[in-house]
Amino acid sequence: MAAASSCAELAGRNKPDNTAFTQQRLPAWQPLLSAGTALPLFFCAGLACLALGLGLHFSSATIQRFAGPVCLYYQLSNYYQNHRRYGVSRDDRQLSGDASGLSSPATECSPFRTDPQGLPIAPCGAIANSLFNDTFTLYHLANGTFHPVPLDNRGISWWTDSNIKFSNPELVNGSLEAAFKGTAKPLNWPQAAYMLDTGNPNNTGFINEDFIVWMRTAALPTFRKLYRRVREGNFSSGLPQGTYCLDITYNYPVLSFQGTKKVIFSTVSWMGGKNPFLGIVYLVFGSACILTGFVMLAVHIKFQKQNQMDVE
Amino acid sequence: MEFSINQEIWLRLWSIWCAGEEKRVGTRTVFVGHRPVSETDAYVEQKFCDNRIVSSKYTVWNFLPKNLFEQFRRIANFYFLIIFLVQVIVDTPTSPVTSGLPLFFVIIVTAIKQGYEDWLRHRADKEVNKSSVFIVENAKQVKKHSEKIKVGDIVEVKADETFPCDLIFLASSNDDGTCYVTTASLDGESNFKTHYAVRDTTGLRTDNDIDSLTATIECEQPQPDLYKFVGRINVYRSNQEPVARSLGPENLLLKGSTLKNTKTIYGVAVYTGMETKMALNYQGKSQKRSAVEKSINAFLIVYLCILVSKATVCTTLKYIWQNNPFNDEPWYNQKTKKEKETFKILRMFTDFLSFMVLFNFIIPVSMYVTVEMQKFLGSFFIAWDKEMYDEEIKEGALVNTSDLNEELGQVEYVFTDKTGTLTENSMKFIECCIDGHKYKGGISEVDGFSHTDGPLKYYGKAEKCREELFLRALCLCHTVQIKEGDNVDGLIVNQERSTYISSSPDEIALVKGAKKYGFTFLGHEADFMKVQNQKNEIEKYQLLHVLNFDPVRRRMSVIVKTSTGKFLLFCKGADSSIFPRVQQDEIHQTKVHVERNAMDGYRTLCVAFKELTQEDYKKMNEQLSEAKMALQDREEKMARIFDDIETDMHLIGATAVEDRLQEHAAETIEALQTAGMKVWVLTGDKMETAKSTCYASRLFQTNTELLELTTKAMGDSDRKEDRLHELLLEYHKKLVQDFPKNSGKLKRSWTVSQEYGLIIDGSTLSLILNPSQDSSSSNYKSIFLQICLKCTAVLCCRMAPLQKAQIVRMVKNTKGNPITLSIGDGANDVSMILEAHVGIGIKGKEGRQAARNSDYAVPRFKHLRKLLLAHGHLYYVRIAHLVQYFFYKNLCFILPQFLYQFFCGFSQQPLYDAAYLTMYNICFTSLPILAYSLLEQHINIETLTSDPRLYMKISDNAMLQWKPFLYWTFLGAFEGLVFFFGVYFLFQNSSLEDNGKVFGNWTFGTIVFTILVFTVTLKLALDTRFWTWMNHLVIWGSLAFYVFFSFFWGGIIWPFLKQQRMYFVFAHMVTSLSTWLAIVLLIFISLFPEILLVVFKNAKRKNHQTVPFSLPMLLSYKPMENGYISEMKIEDAVTNFTQRCHLRIPQMQQL
Repeated sequence: MAAASSCAELAGRNKPDNTAFTQQRLPAWQPLLSAGTALPLFFCAGLACLALGLGLHFSSATIQRFAGPVCLYYQLSNYYQNHRRYGVSRDDRQLSGDASGLSSPATECSPFRTDPQGLPIAPCGAIANSLFNDTFTLYHLANGTFHPVPLDNRGISWWTDSNIKFSNPELVNGSLEAAFKGTAKPLNWPQAAYMLDTGNPNNTGFINEDFIVWMRTAALPTFRKLYRRVREGNFSSGLPQGTYCLDITYNYPVLSFQGTKKVIFSTVSWMGGKNPFLGIVYLVFGSACILTGFVMLAVHIKFQKQNQMDVE
Repeated sequence: MEFSINQEIWLRLWSIWCAGEEKRVGTRTVFVGHRPVSETDAYVEQKFCDNRIVSSKYTVWNFLPKNLFEQFRRIANFYFLIIFLVQVIVDTPTSPVTSGLPLFFVIIVTAIKQGYEDWLRHRADKEVNKSSVFIVENAKQVKKHSEKIKVGDIVEVKADETFPCDLIFLASSNDDGTCYVTTASLDGESNFKTHYAVRDTTGLRTDNDIDSLTATIECEQPQPDLYKFVGRINVYRSNQEPVARSLGPENLLLKGSTLKNTKTIYGVAVYTGMETKMALNYQGKSQKRSAVEKSINAFLIVYLCILVSKATVCTTLKYIWQNNPFNDEPWYNQKTKKEKETFKILRMFTDFLSFMVLFNFIIPVSMYVTVEMQKFLGSFFIAWDKEMYDEEIKEGALVNTSDLNEELGQVEYVFTDKTGTLTENSMKFIECCIDGHKYKGGISEVDGFSHTDGPLKYYGKAEKCREELFLRALCLCHTVQIKEGDNVDGLIVNQERSTYISSSPDEIALVKGAKKYGFTFLGHEADFMKVQNQKNEIEKYQLLHVLNFDPVRRRMSVIVKTSTGKFLLFCKGADSSIFPRVQQDEIHQTKVHVERNAMDGYRTLCVAFKELTQEDYKKMNEQLSEAKMALQDREEKMARIFDDIETDMHLIGATAVEDRLQEHAAETIEALQTAGMKVWVLTGDKMETAKSTCYASRLFQTNTELLELTTKAMGDSDRKEDRLHELLLEYHKKLVQDFPKNSGKLKRSWTVSQEYGLIIDGSTLSLILNPSQDSSSSNYKSIFLQICLKCTAVLCCRMAPLQKAQIVRMVKNTKGNPITLSIGDGANDVSMILEAHVGIGIKGKEGRQAARNSDYAVPRFKHLRKLLLAHGHLYYVRIAHLVQYFFYKNLCFILPQFLYQFFCGFSQQPLYDAAYLTMYNICFTSLPILAYSLLEQHINIETLTSDPRLYMKISDNAMLQWKPFLYWTFLGAFEGLVFFFGVYFLFQNSSLEDNGKVFGNWTFGTIVFTILVFTVTLKLALDTRFWTWMNHLVIWGSLAFYVFFSFFWGGIIWPFLKQQRMYFVFAHMVTSLSTWLAIVLLIFISLFPEILLVVFKNAKRKNHQTVPFSLPMLLSYKPMENGYISEMKIEDAVTNFTQRCHLRIPQMQQL
């Protein structure tokens, strides 16, 4: 290191700077985790964890009683949304409504990039192509008749996704259909993207929330996705006890890859859906802390006694 | 006739061509001024290299390819290049940017640094090459660029100019044909050296005269040795036989040295450009590599194995998993056309490469950068250290290489020179003895010159004439020069203004000593030496011959002619080299004195003289002149002649010069020994002197049992080898065989029941290392080595420079390859400084050669203590921690990504976003560890310096052994498992927000990554014992930066990204309370074992602290007062020593 030596020489020519930094004497805090400081820490942390664990456990347990708004999820298993080939098979530019993305989708989308006629697919890619298309309708038996329970499909996706990340191509003459002209529907879809929710222009095309939820690929092969929420009318504070009927339009094939489908009704608490994991781990970790605290206390006292004996 | 001339030309051409082939052998012929010698002899233009100095490595054109080639020769860079190329070629999960960016950053920074350094070299070269010089051509001076000088050109150099190439000195403006030169920039010796012109050319003082010179110079091909040169000049005069004169180093003016006190000189260029001695010496030192670097490479291989096995496991499992057609290609995830078409084998191979790329972050490219930065920046602290600054020479420590900082903390053997290293090398004349009578001066300066019966204290008195002879000998037998003050006339030397200059401080002490007794050396005047005697008369002696001191002969002689026409030879030298050459009956009395002085630790020299008859001198003069003409082996030939002359001399007396121990030398040695280092003293000095120095510097304690392997112990010359064998076996039995076996475990403990010291001298060593063929003693060496390694201290005296290096190499190559350190101050220590793992130079009085060739240079020996115990210790701990931490943090970085493959169908899906993958090592976790590795003081510097035993804690590369490495690896693996499975179980229900919305795979990765960044940073925070504001800044700053960056990265739709994976992922993550709770909990769980360990360790340490550790220090200081002296039984020594010891003990207690 020539530079080092030249600098060193430079420093050598004159007396070295007598600063705290050059002399490695910067004022410093030198903490030492001794038993004295660690013991209260352990007990406090342990108690805090236990308290949190109890709280978590309790709130996780209350979820079963369907108090509060109920969410309707569908769950798939053995479904690899996190497969790399699957995960990259999308075109975010296209989904943001970009015109060039619409006419020439990204190469990653293949083999779902163009239809056999060579028309670009919108939305392209394997993820969009495999959009979950079972539908559920819930009926509540009241007064001897089944009344449909209103299922709210608004706000099931991330706000930033449905408002910024995903947007439809610019309307041509006020028509979304015209905007999609020159593109083909995904091969597996029964209808084009602009027909996803014909009744609601704010929920059709790329900004259809079911579509957006599906496009957020899951982390693990067994995953659930939010389908609807029950938060209107009589059901805003939960599903009252009674008889319900769920009408399922069975479209989505899962047996071919040995997968399963499930429908899940669940309320959510401040900690999200039911998940006993956090509560249990907090409880275990809290007890472990307190236990080691006691062990250390014993060791500490023993050492101190020994020291006293040594001194005497 | 014609034929023979042709033949001659052919031969010459042949020899020139050959010279090009093998440069260092043979001779070259230089035509002065390019003039052919005679008309018959055709002048052949010879090809020598031009005078351009090229120290730069690159040119504008070859910089890019050459620099890149050199950088990619480093195995790490090459590895990352391969990874990058794989990413470019193969369809891999991460974009080439992730590994390309860091790699190109590193490459570009290194290239810029090297390019800048090379530009500086170019500039310096240009400055040298374009500087103007004056060349005499056709009796006129021509101004030229220095690079245009050709061999054979006559160059004029003026005062205070540096010589542009190696010149043969032809003539100077001084009448006597001398000039003064300082070689400060070559070897650091700042004294003026006299160089002599050849007698036949001294008269050529003008351009015209010098142009008339017709001469050829034959000299050896360029050699790097600055102090050797043999050549011959043939001066042709019209109608006369050519005169041949010998040329030696005193006729050669070296490039790089500076002309002083002389108006102008003429010289003829003999070596130019890259063939000058300076350029030949410039060639860089061999690179030393530290033990830590070797450990890094070993760990690297382990991680490479982990990487390959991870990739193999994943590839295998992938194909097993895919065997099931449901998994291979479900309807929702069909393969691309390309994928279907590729062969299975090829697919498997690319899959393997993809996995390699996915996991390649486990081998951190940034570690090399950080290690380099740590070393580079860290070395400044050594240079900056105020405590290693010496007021006297106004200089601090010098760092020549920063690659070995941590090696300073691993030293097991210290090899130290004695003179100038342990001792001051500022000599003081103490006493002398003349004919066995002791003269000791409590001399006070009296006005005028003291007379023999003046203030001197006599212990008996020698004859007056002997006294004077002795003092004259001191005044004449030396190579001291007088550096005159500014306004000094030639004759009258003002005492205040003139100083003696010599390459040897002993000589100055002797000349000064003689002055105290009334004989003053007044300097040279042409061939004459002037001496002012006790009666204030000036005596003149013609100096005929000088044979300089050299370490082999260990003596020097001068031959002078007195004004009365007598020829006298004075010789001074070590007793062992003088005694055999003088009348045996004269020895006894002086010998007693010499031995006594030696035991006092003084350096003794004996002085002898001889009167030569006219005939003797004549004969000798002829022989000497002949020898001086010789081109080869001149020194040996001259030495042989002098050997013949220096016989049957008369011993006059002996001198004793004190070389004081350096301040705190003893404490330093003791500290080093307490720190578990073995200190060996390697000196050229004689045994007695060295031994007493060793006692004084507490290398040998009073209870140390000394084993001697010296010529003295060996006795008779006939049975030498047998006796040596016997001794070796005896010592071996004592130390190795009878030694309790369990001592092997306590390799470096400070409590050894019996300490042994070994003394060996040079001749015995060469007997051991190079045994004669017939003897069955080839195993001498191993026996000797075993003995050496058992001894706590070893003293090797009478060592030649190469023997010093030999010893170092011997120890270096023993089992376990202990780390060696050599420290010395003189040119004779350079070989051992270069040989040892760490070479330390003392910026001493014997020039700068040692300091230049060393890795570190310090002003004093005592600075070694702080350098090793504090700096070395800290650097080692810092870098070891740095290395371990880097491997650890990358293991727990990549392990979750590996585990994730089991849940994504082995599809090489990265867990973390590309930005996180790239930034993790560059931004999020790099600065805290860099700050730690620069500032950490796990034990503060004062404690480290005052308690040397702490040094043993890190001995044998303790922090980079497999055990700590495994600990860190397990820690990393544990944390990786906690990160992944913690979040995995959390994601069993992925609706973690209170509104039931779900998280996807990028949130999963981001949660893991957040826990990871916080855990590894907090782990470092737990390890930090020394929290300066900088640590706070970088640790909390890094975490804050991570959070800030994550918001920023997820807050914008980046137009250059194909997929907006991270869009608002982080922001959504932090709105979920459960995620917060999970992150905090998982960080705690990951750190829990570490916290437990720290607490228990501290509890244990606290418990141990009650044992006072000052005890052993006191114990080892105690026996100094009476021990050594009782052995010596010499009263002078007693008083002398007790005084010194008393002085030293209070100093020590202050420590």
